[in-house]
Amino acid sequence: MSAINHHVPDAMLAAYAAGTLPHAFAVAVASHVSLCPKCRVALEAHQAVGGAVLEDTNAVAVSSSLKDSILAQLDNPFTPEPVFERNGIYPGPVMEAMQGRAPKWKKLGMGVRQDILSSDAHGSVRLLYIPSGQAVPDHSHNGLEMTLVLQGSFSDETGRFGVGDIEIADETLEHTPVADPGDACICLAATDARLRFSALMPRLLQPLFRI
Amino acid sequence: MPRQEREPVSQSKTDYSQQTMWMLAVRDNRDRTAFAALFDHFAPRLKGFIIRSGASAHQAEEIVQDVMLTIWRKASMFDPHRAQVSAWIYQIARNRQIDIARKENRPMPEELKEEPGMEPDASQILGLEQEAGQLKQALANLKPEQREIIEKAYLGELTHQEISAQTGLPLGTIKSRIRLGLERLRHELKDLKQ
Repeated sequence: MSAINHHVPDAMLAAYAAGTLPHAFAVAVASHVSLCPKCRVALEAHQAVGGAVLEDTNAVAVSSSLKDSILAQLDNPFTPEPVFERNGIYPGPVMEAMQGRAPKWKKLGMGVRQDILSSDAHGSVRLLYIPSGQAVPDHSHNGLEMTLVLQGSFSDETGRFGVGDIEIADETLEHTPVADPGDACICLAATDARLRFSALMPRLLQPLFRI
Repeated sequence: MPRQEREPVSQSKTDYSQQTMWMLAVRDNRDRTAFAALFDHFAPRLKGFIIRSGASAHQAEEIVQDVMLTIWRKASMFDPHRAQVSAWIYQIARNRQIDIARKENRPMPEELKEEPGMEPDASQILGLEQEAGQLKQALANLKPEQREIIEKAYLGELTHQEISAQTGLPLGTIKSRIRLGLERLRHELKDLKQ
């Protein structure tokens, strides 16, 4: 595996640790951290700060029955939450977003495909499949977009992004990511708003494709 | 402090903090007395912490109960080489709060799988504890307004934009206190990933 060069900014890792990142971004960050030891270390450092804050919080007395009630429940049966393992190029959090299934690709034209994993008013998470040499339609953003490469690589005005790299783009970035030669580029793209394509056709098609 | 660093021979389990000892007893021996001790220490802090992030006293106790039961059930995931007990519990508490608020599970990174039969490395565990102590000290030494912002950030009161906008927030400085032990971990992870 080649080295990861594009990481999650520190403030986003802190927000992820504290749980304030929108869900779509949390999927992207958890996926990147699964692939990136450097960001895992940084995240665990944030958790340590969180632990120190917890340690230092003013204690509030709990009701007298709480302890016995909890001790009495220790032997209760419980269902462990399902654990989603990495499957090929897809890290655990992506498998979880897909509910353990394989991607269901839908054609977007020009060989580009997508699979929308979740989409609501707070944002969307999708997989994008971009054949080598193909550009993702030129677009700008209403909000933030995080793109994590899972296979192949792409390049745009800001640099080259390989497996594990994450690109964070805001509304000021008008960029044209092009998949590099080699394997098709597969990315996880998370947004906190709908994408806005600059070209006329794709914009007309937006409602159709929920981009 | 530098004086103590050159005494690896005396480093053993018995030097671990009380909390780590309790947690290891829960993890390895399903020790209920140790669990009760963890409860006595953490439950009131958790309750205060959860109330501060906006819950009622009643809701807070429900979440405390969830968190304490999760500590018992997921104890096997606790790795003192990587996390202080307080950091591990912090994460569980935030997860529970978010899962309840959003009614869906928060995406979590893949768990690292430890090599089977790995011997505990007391010096690393102690190193991490020492750094956590320094971190606590560094927090205590902050100006009140800086401290307030740090608390807000980790209580989940600030968005990532608000955190990035906090100029003068000594996030990096604070965090760098625990870089030493984690730096070592990073090397181990690198080896693991090859």
